[in-house]
Amino acid sequence: QKNKEENESKEEENCPQQSRASRRKNHRMKRNDGKKGGGERDKKASSKDEKESENKEKKTNMKGKEEENKQKKGRKNSASSNSSNSSDEESLSEEELAMLMEEVEQKKKLISTMRNKPWRMMKKLSVLREAQAFVEKFEGALGKGKGKKLYAYKMMMAKKWVKFKRDFDNFKTQCIPWEMKIKEVESHFGSSVASYFIFLRWMYGVNLVLFGLIFGLVIIPEVLMGMPYGSMPRKTVPRAEQATAMDFSVLWDFEGYIKYSALFYGYYNNQRTIGWLKYRLPMAYFMVGISVFGYSLMVVIRSMARNANESTADGDDDNFVFSWKMFTSWDYLIGNPETADNKFASITTSFKESIVDEQESNKDENIHLRRFLRVLANVLIICCLCGSGYLIYFVVKRSQTFSKMQNAGWYERNEVEIVMSLLGMFCPPLFETIATLENYHPRIGLKWQLGRIFALFLGNLYTFLLALMDDVNEKLAEEDVVKNITRWTLFGHYNSSMENSTATPAPLDPADVPRGPCWETTVGIEIVRLTVSDILVTFVTILVGDFIRACFVRFMNYCWCWDLEAGFPSYAEFDISGNVLGLVFNQGMIWMGSFYAPGLVGINVLRLLTSMYFQCWAVMSSNVPHARVFKASKSNNFYMGLLLLILFLSLLPVAYTIMSLPPSFDCGPFSGKKRMYDVIQETIELDFPLFVAKIFGYVANPGLIIPAILLMVLAIYYLNAVSEAYQRANAELKKKMQLQREEEKNKRNNKASTNSMMQDLEDLLAPSTKSESSPKQAEDKKKDSPNQASPVGKQEKAEVLNSSPIAAGRRAAFIPPPHVLVTRPLTPGTWAPYPQPRQPWPGGRPMGPFPGRGRGQPRYIHPV
Amino acid sequence: MGGSSSLLPQEALGEYQELTFLNKQEILLAYKRFSELLPREQRENACSVRVPKSQILTLPELRPSPSRQANPFQHRICHVFSTSEDGDDSMSFEDFLDMLSVFSDAATSDIKSRYAFRIFDFDDDGVLDGKDLEKLVNCLTGQGEEARLSSIEMEQLIRNVLEESDIDKDGTINLSEFQHVISRSPDFVSSFKIVL
Repeated sequence: QKNKEENESKEEENCPQQSRASRRKNHRMKRNDGKKGGGERDKKASSKDEKESENKEKKTNMKGKEEENKQKKGRKNSASSNSSNSSDEESLSEEELAMLMEEVEQKKKLISTMRNKPWRMMKKLSVLREAQAFVEKFEGALGKGKGKKLYAYKMMMAKKWVKFKRDFDNFKTQCIPWEMKIKEVESHFGSSVASYFIFLRWMYGVNLVLFGLIFGLVIIPEVLMGMPYGSMPRKTVPRAEQATAMDFSVLWDFEGYIKYSALFYGYYNNQRTIGWLKYRLPMAYFMVGISVFGYSLMVVIRSMARNANESTADGDDDNFVFSWKMFTSWDYLIGNPETADNKFASITTSFKESIVDEQESNKDENIHLRRFLRVLANVLIICCLCGSGYLIYFVVKRSQTFSKMQNAGWYERNEVEIVMSLLGMFCPPLFETIATLENYHPRIGLKWQLGRIFALFLGNLYTFLLALMDDVNEKLAEEDVVKNITRWTLFGHYNSSMENSTATPAPLDPADVPRGPCWETTVGIEIVRLTVSDILVTFVTILVGDFIRACFVRFMNYCWCWDLEAGFPSYAEFDISGNVLGLVFNQGMIWMGSFYAPGLVGINVLRLLTSMYFQCWAVMSSNVPHARVFKASKSNNFYMGLLLLILFLSLLPVAYTIMSLPPSFDCGPFSGKKRMYDVIQETIELDFPLFVAKIFGYVANPGLIIPAILLMVLAIYYLNAVSEAYQRANAELKKKMQLQREEEKNKRNNKASTNSMMQDLEDLLAPSTKSESSPKQAEDKKKDSPNQASPVGKQEKAEVLNSSPIAAGRRAAFIPPPHVLVTRPLTPGTWAPYPQPRQPWPGGRPMGPFPGRGRGQPRYIHPV
Repeated sequence: MGGSSSLLPQEALGEYQELTFLNKQEILLAYKRFSELLPREQRENACSVRVPKSQILTLPELRPSPSRQANPFQHRICHVFSTSEDGDDSMSFEDFLDMLSVFSDAATSDIKSRYAFRIFDFDDDGVLDGKDLEKLVNCLTGQGEEARLSSIEMEQLIRNVLEESDIDKDGTINLSEFQHVISRSPDFVSSFKIVL
């Protein structure tokens, strides 16, 4: 029945609107007819429908009326109670009740799916009101006695629930920030630029959660309940630095007071519990560090899965290149004439290109040159990547020697950040220039570009990390020495005070205690500095590269010797790939640094917030849309994939340091332990009952963990195999469909050649055309159709107009076999060159089953 | 929204939410934008008045500017969604909502493709034939003379499209063929939308 309805509505679309009203009636009747064996109630309901529809719709089709009358006659016997609806409700039998229930359910379904119907609002409104009235009227009639009340109550609650859900949805959409801003950008620049801002917003949301986690569970408890500043060595600026600790230049390098604040790892105390809440801070610190990664992983993977679910239609089907270009290439969001002009131009070129491609698909002599250029471009880019990696390694090594020097200048201190920022600024445009050699489609080109920039950033980051690791190892060696010094200093201090006075010794001032290098804070500071310089470079680039340039082009254009707007500098385009990559890379740094610098997430939240407003403003004020506008159909998951990759890659070094490096002895929440994760063991042993520790001991046993991992691997293997099987089945089905379609095409194109008997007949009648073999006919068709296509189309149209609209619609949807025969002489293609031999057939055919025909026609399956 | 939104009766708002893919804010915004298109004295009963086509076309997504136009299908969109009796393509508020609903994010691919088909069907005969496709191509390639495709290219293009999509080989594309093609397109749903 559902199919029937669908067909009905599909047909409805094919014909003019006047006859719609009548068809709707038919449609309803069909629905009612579908429930055969309906009792009195059912009939009553349907006749009520009819009455209402009669009142509401003035245009009635004769046919429809006749049917209606017939139905009415058939119903006369039982339809005596039509007028009284409510009086006899008590006397309803179970069966009737069920019928009514079904009807009500159906109406409800109709109400909920009404928006999917391609009707006019007026009609939707009337149908809706009618259906609602019906539901309200008969809902109460359902159920008996006690059940009745319960049922009514349930219905009421259901209604309330629906309303609540809708209100909640409304509320939710109201809570989405920057919706209007993004839509404004979207309407000016198309969906691809908007996808960047949506990504930015999503990122902001994720960071806000991370911020909440870290601030709520680590920083705020520490500030409120931990030991105050100056109470112990790790929370005090050393004596030597105190003079300059408040200077801006020092603070700007995250030294001085900032280094000894809750923003960095080293500030935290290893006291097991703090405050009157007995808050276990080290434990919380560790768990938050883990859950930051856990939450990020979960969120990224979940949104990836959702995106993958949404894009069920796969674009790799290259059967419809031209049709897609024609029907789906306009981006209706474009509201800006300039963007529209660009779009027109890009559509035109894409049309022209694809025509040329089609023409030259066989004789492509440029392929070697193109391949060579692509290889060359890749070689060049790999050279660039290696060069930048080496440069960074060199610079970081050099900075370590600089850091030992006392009077290093500003440049020496910031060389690493400057070099990395410069590389990040100049390499992507260089790659883009090189990529023009390759001549890819912009969408594919974008992916390559993204991949390359990603490789660059990643290489840079990892060289940086490796160099930092060297640094950390040096610091660890240094630490052993300092540890001894500290012990001896304290020992000496107490000894000397013991000698001087017999009273209890005055404790050593925390500022004077010698410190270890505290490598965790060093790592944190490096990453924070890198992040901040990255932020600055980004903002300055936007300001100079976009805004100043736009101002210059705009205002100097009046007095310049060439057209600045159209010529060389022109306005900047919004660089989606660069911006997305910057964001992803930045997020990787945040993940990496958040364990050693809890305050980093706060900085990032601020950055994203300003970035949102600043970039929105910059885009709207000083950028022009891409010359080749393209849509961001599935790139969202690509961004997510990059993000996942970088999350994993930033997890690695953190996990490595947590698992295998000993924490510093005099700073941070894990000081004094051999490894950072010992804090969990400690908590379990001290805070949980014994059996939990025992259970944990068993669980942590390698004998249990290894089988568990094995099991997981097996599960992954199994699921992978299943999904592969599904994929294969899918591909198989697709191939089948394609084959069917091809077959269909062939059958229609050269039906004659499929059958040898037919061919013989043809040969007999037209010996001159014997040389035309079946594969050639397809080519013939191509050659012939330009002159044939348009007149045929006209004739077809004329026919459609002549016949009744319903029939036309029907025919268009499902061409009945005889019809094809009749129109055969008109169709373009194989038949056009030799119409002569065809004449005898239409007359002769109905006499008996024609071998070839009989086989061909019934197998026609409508490919929807 | 305050002042103007209060004029839209609550039950109508509920019904509109039921019948369209829009949520409450979007309907209210649409109402506001719609009543802005009306002359001041008619604003009180915006639900029952029709806005002439020339006014509708001043919306940013449909707006034509003197030399060039943003949306090449503006006239078709107006025509398809208008319920006007006298064929002047004027729109009532309900038509307007219909339009926004079809072009909204939440609308299904099925309904979008139906309306897309009607928009592309320039002569309203229920099929896309060569003439419709030619007009469509001209719309897509813009107004400039140099942008136009030559007649040979045009023929080639139309022939290719028909070859791909015209499954029953009757020289035209009907709705089911059109939907068949559209349903496989990766980015139709994301591009066939208009936001206010």
